[in-house]
Amino acid sequence: MSDNRLGARQVELEVLRYNPDRDETPSYQRYSVPCKNEWCMLDALNYLKDHIDPTLAYRWSCHMQVCGSCGMMINGEPKLACKAMVRDYEGVIRLEPLAHFPIERDLVSVADDFMDKLKRVKPYLIPAKPKTLEEGEYKQTPAQMQRYRRFSMCINCMLCYAACPEYGLTKSKFIGPAAITLAHRYNLDSRDGGRDERQEEIATNEGVWECTFVGACSDVCPKHVDPASALQQVKVASTVDWYLEHFMSWNKK
Amino acid sequence: METFKADVAIIGAGGAGLRAAIALAQADSKIRIALISKVYPMRSHTCAAEGGAAGVVKPDDSYEQHFHDTVGGGDWLCDQDAVEYFIHEAPKELTQLEHWGCPWNREPDGSVAVRPFGGMKIQRTWFAADKSGFHILHTLFQTTLQYPNIQRFDEYYATDLLVDDGRCQGLTAIEMKTGQMRRFQARAVIIAGGGAGRIFPFNTNGAIKTGDGMALAYRAGVPLKDMEFVQFHPTGLPNTGTLLTEACRSEGGVLLNKDNYRFLQDYGMGPETPLGKPELKTMELGPRDRVSQSIWHEIQKGRAVKTTWGDCVWLDMRHLGEKKINERLPFVRDICISYLGIDPVAEMVPIRPVAHYMMGGIHTDLNAATSIPGLFAAGECACVSINGANRLGSNSLVEILVFGHRAGLSALEYVRDQKPGNDAALASQGEAAQAKLRALFMRDVGKESIAGLRKEMTDTMGEGVGIYRTAHGLTETCNKLADLRRRYADVALHDKTNVYNTDLLSALELGSMLDCAEAVAVSGLERKESRGAHQRLDFTARDDNKYLKHSMAYYSQTERPRIEYRDVVITTSPPGVRDYSGAKK
Repeated sequence: MSDNRLGARQVELEVLRYNPDRDETPSYQRYSVPCKNEWCMLDALNYLKDHIDPTLAYRWSCHMQVCGSCGMMINGEPKLACKAMVRDYEGVIRLEPLAHFPIERDLVSVADDFMDKLKRVKPYLIPAKPKTLEEGEYKQTPAQMQRYRRFSMCINCMLCYAACPEYGLTKSKFIGPAAITLAHRYNLDSRDGGRDERQEEIATNEGVWECTFVGACSDVCPKHVDPASALQQVKVASTVDWYLEHFMSWNKK
Repeated sequence: METFKADVAIIGAGGAGLRAAIALAQADSKIRIALISKVYPMRSHTCAAEGGAAGVVKPDDSYEQHFHDTVGGGDWLCDQDAVEYFIHEAPKELTQLEHWGCPWNREPDGSVAVRPFGGMKIQRTWFAADKSGFHILHTLFQTTLQYPNIQRFDEYYATDLLVDDGRCQGLTAIEMKTGQMRRFQARAVIIAGGGAGRIFPFNTNGAIKTGDGMALAYRAGVPLKDMEFVQFHPTGLPNTGTLLTEACRSEGGVLLNKDNYRFLQDYGMGPETPLGKPELKTMELGPRDRVSQSIWHEIQKGRAVKTTWGDCVWLDMRHLGEKKINERLPFVRDICISYLGIDPVAEMVPIRPVAHYMMGGIHTDLNAATSIPGLFAAGECACVSINGANRLGSNSLVEILVFGHRAGLSALEYVRDQKPGNDAALASQGEAAQAKLRALFMRDVGKESIAGLRKEMTDTMGEGVGIYRTAHGLTETCNKLADLRRRYADVALHDKTNVYNTDLLSALELGSMLDCAEAVAVSGLERKESRGAHQRLDFTARDDNKYLKHSMAYYSQTERPRIEYRDVVITTSPPGVRDYSGAKK
């Protein structure tokens, strides 16, 4: 406890407010919140809502970095409010909804586009060889699981979309890091046979070829999923596909 | 009012709701399913479950063993026919999840691995590191995306059930994005709305766990069963209440008092087992109720570790080593470092018992059916009585699958015989629900604050309905809750916006919580015995003559709930002694 977790201080929050019923444009509201150093930003917001301003809107639930609800921009960086600790910030802290998404209200983003993209990449097992329950589980060695395990850790918090310049520049045409990573996760799964179907979505100009490998997605990922590496793997694999198809026509399916 | 018509409406899109939706979609591609949730499915609290899911799969295991562990673990308050069904379905459901892609941990030969868990005599807990619930939830959610007949309504908060002609025929819900009330007309409704852990001041539950599903059924006349049985998980982080999975102990972590003594051996769970070599069903692998109660006693005896956040004991995992902790408990390590600044690889972690899970809930039969035709329930919000007076860790992740599936199939069977409803009658019920909401929304004067009432509620629950209870404490809490329910009528809303109004949502959630809390406290006051997770300092023994029965709490708008009793189903296991000593094994 060497970092003075038990201390307390007054923290200045500058919070984006937007009420589409009433406001033409968003504005910022300043709050002074008494915080303990052991608090995360979500604790500060909950204090604010309970004691200072019950009208502030934001999403949250688990308070343990797994439900993915509380993603927001903190001083311009996409973060989970339950993972960003108050003690790591100085001065006025600016809170805004996730970048690149429309604002529904205050710190709440419109998530529809992300939900549509998830669905588009068919993120479910399309079995290579269907099995009945009576036949028991598919065998999958720890090494086989290791190939995709990291990419299965995505909590859909959307921080990588808020960090991705391409998603912003293409006005959200780009399928984006999390959805492509999830498709790749199933492509790498030894039980799966659905790669061809998914490639139609992700090995395209709105898919991986939109990615310029800035790597911001991996930098901000709170679960160390490393979407940038997933996207690079998809690019390499689709390039191989292309060569196989164009120069080795006897290899066509 | 905009109206959606569906064959089956499901309230809640966590593990149980999603499993029900898939069961329906697979059974009949024509059936229209409305999946309604106050959060996006991935945000549901299933994601926070860590340890794993129990199912008989290994050659050294048997259904009989899982049955006896569960029934004894539940202090014989389980309905044994339900347990029988449950344990036989469990491995099928877990295999099904495997076929859908769930990344269960594996043995070197590629078969599914299992880990030990508290109160289980054989290793049978399937797991995905310490993120089992997360992987189950995401696997289910992603699987639903292939079924076009599952129509999702994300961020819709259900306010009322529509019951006409004696059958449940839909619900009303607020669309958060617009603030508009919507009517869902359905031939059957499944409630899968989760637990109500947020009624306690110190709990492991997410903000969304406010008992809304329970309250919907309860207010419509379905009894809430065995609500006094609240599981206190032994190992919560002392400041935030964040769950540290039981797998910390099943992988070899031990509990120590301030003198570094493994005190569980003093509470019928000894003798001490060798460090780092946990033995099944004894010491740190005792059941949660016994372990939490032992911690309470240590604290009473002055052997607690004093911390800023109150009296704790140590959870020591250091001897597991960094490699094993990273492989089996990576999330636990992250959480300890994030919120407590303690790395369990190097230091002991202070922990204290924390409200975690409701054994009780909406009374259902084996088919997940409630007493209202057309209304089904599954998951933590329901009580089909497989958990009895104390749930064993890793049974609930299976329960959501087995009974989510069952609820889906039962609803399907039910709707096939249903005549269309009376549109006019349902519409007028919808209007009434809307009028009620509008009155709350438009009220200008209100003396009571949401946060204030909520604090008083959680405080009184913490004081009166903790690990050990007395008539005095329970009576005070019942009185306080009755008072809070009255004062709730005067709650003030400050936010008059239609879009994403969390002030309104909090007010409605508080209403749900107050109703659930009262059912917990009154059921607890009336049960004058100690059994499983319900421990009375004034009635210290189990009393099978009087209380080998389920408490059934019936809602009253103005009075405290009426409590009736219902016989427990005993098939092959008569009530016996719960023995977690290692000696005779």
